[in-house]
Amino acid sequence: MVNLKKSSLLSHHFVLFLTFIFLISCGEKKIFVNKIEGKQIAITNTIPEVSEIDNFIKPYREKINKDMDEVLAYAPETLEKSKGEWQTTIGNLQADITLASANKIFKSRENKSVDVCLLNHGGIRSVISKGNVTTRTAFELMPFENSLVVVALKGEQIIEIVDYIIKEKKPHPLAGLTFMIDKNNVGKNIWINGNPVDVEQIYYVATNDYLYNGGDSMNFFKKGTAVYDLDYKLRNIWIDYFKEVDTIPVIRDERIRKE
Amino acid sequence: MKRRDFIQKTAASSALLAFPSVPLMAFDSPTKVKHLTILHTNDVHSHIDPFPASDAKNPNMGGISRRSALVENIRKENPNVLLLDAGDIFQGTPYFNYYGGELEFKLMSMMKYDLATMGNHDFDNGIDGFYSQLPNANFEFVSANYDFKNTVLNEIVKPYKIFEKDGIKIGVFGLGVQLEGLVDKKNYKETVYNDPVEISQEMTRILKHEKRCDLVICLSHLGYHYKNEPDKISDLNLAKLTKDIDLIIGGHTHTFLDKPTIVKNLEGKDVLVNQVGCYGINLGRIDFYFDSDKNKTNQGRTIIV
Repeated sequence: MVNLKKSSLLSHHFVLFLTFIFLISCGEKKIFVNKIEGKQIAITNTIPEVSEIDNFIKPYREKINKDMDEVLAYAPETLEKSKGEWQTTIGNLQADITLASANKIFKSRENKSVDVCLLNHGGIRSVISKGNVTTRTAFELMPFENSLVVVALKGEQIIEIVDYIIKEKKPHPLAGLTFMIDKNNVGKNIWINGNPVDVEQIYYVATNDYLYNGGDSMNFFKKGTAVYDLDYKLRNIWIDYFKEVDTIPVIRDERIRKE
Repeated sequence: MKRRDFIQKTAASSALLAFPSVPLMAFDSPTKVKHLTILHTNDVHSHIDPFPASDAKNPNMGGISRRSALVENIRKENPNVLLLDAGDIFQGTPYFNYYGGELEFKLMSMMKYDLATMGNHDFDNGIDGFYSQLPNANFEFVSANYDFKNTVLNEIVKPYKIFEKDGIKIGVFGLGVQLEGLVDKKNYKETVYNDPVEISQEMTRILKHEKRCDLVICLSHLGYHYKNEPDKISDLNLAKLTKDIDLIIGGHTHTFLDKPTIVKNLEGKDVLVNQVGCYGINLGRIDFYFDSDKNKTNQGRTIIV
């Protein structure tokens, strides 16, 4: 009996040993990449749809389409943000209509005028395609829920805005403020409402809450001496403007010029 | 007696398994090539329907139902597929404004997405808005450099996930972009952003060396490259500054590439960096072929892009 136990113990060890060897050999059986192929497949209309997926989307789509497809205005040509080094037709339009909307509310509430509007290039999320402009266009241009604010900034911070724009090299939507970039890449002829900027004066700048809170590193807004929340979503500014206007203007004037 | 019986049987079967395993390896390796297909999207931004024919930029392109058909066909061709998304699933069409991401997650679950990372716009309804949609997702999210400890996503969004497909062990870790200055603090709350390079070194140590993954993938929302800020951390810089990453799948910058980019890492080894634009216009596909013959692979990987 003792013997038997011993032998079973031995065999037990043997099993462990074998299992160990087996595991080791398994671990060593590592695999290696020897060929990689990479490509991109375009999703075009030649690919059929999966009816199960499409049927699932249908009720969601129908609800939205009913709201979205209402024609509000007409665009004689496509307005987009990728054409233009320092300003774009779509950026000019957005800054102009936002400044006008802000001004209307600010005048009635605070009895003051808004001087400048600065938004961000990245905030224009789509194009206004030539043809009918609908509620959907506004949702695509401005999908975010950001709202309009007016910030009281000293002339000093207006100079910071100019420096920021030159450094960023982006056609951020801008209205009310014009300037030139000289050969040394420095801003000059910085004008607001037909007057050179006074570093001590307070200017009222319309923007959105995202940028006011430091979005896109527009940190000068934080130095504002006062901020007014106008409770107006940027998307609704677009929608209300589209309802008001018949044909979308193409605004090409230069707010920023390079010497 | 019963015990002895059992041991003997085990011994016999172990022996059977152990001995042939040596010659089997020799035979097996040159013939059996393993094949893994990585499919990926990024910055789909709630583009569920294709662009209409009247769209000025991308007429008739995209659409989740077509993408689904494409993925289904590829799965028939090779069942060893990982379907990944590099973030910014949310925001961009009224589907998001109306339903808060519900439809995006439900459809991605129907398509059997395996994993995603978080983009900055996935915080657009706040970290709580993202959290509240998670029950609609049958797939997980990874992010290694966002520390969610003091948020609702603590223990829910993990740093990495390991998959096994046909004996191939694949480690995937996530990286997110700096949130400060990009996302409103009230939306990301107490999420802490950590340095992507340091975190990647930690991740590759775990995945490649501790967990012995055959393939390490980084699912990144850092952005491909910043022309005006070439030193800013990006996928191209990350590839150069790290080791043991085989593939970086990127997003954020909406970069359309003609083909994946090959970058030399810290050790001079090739890393593939890819991104497929945005809005579900393209699907990225990377096929990996594995062999157990190291001699072959020592001569370098063949990369066809």
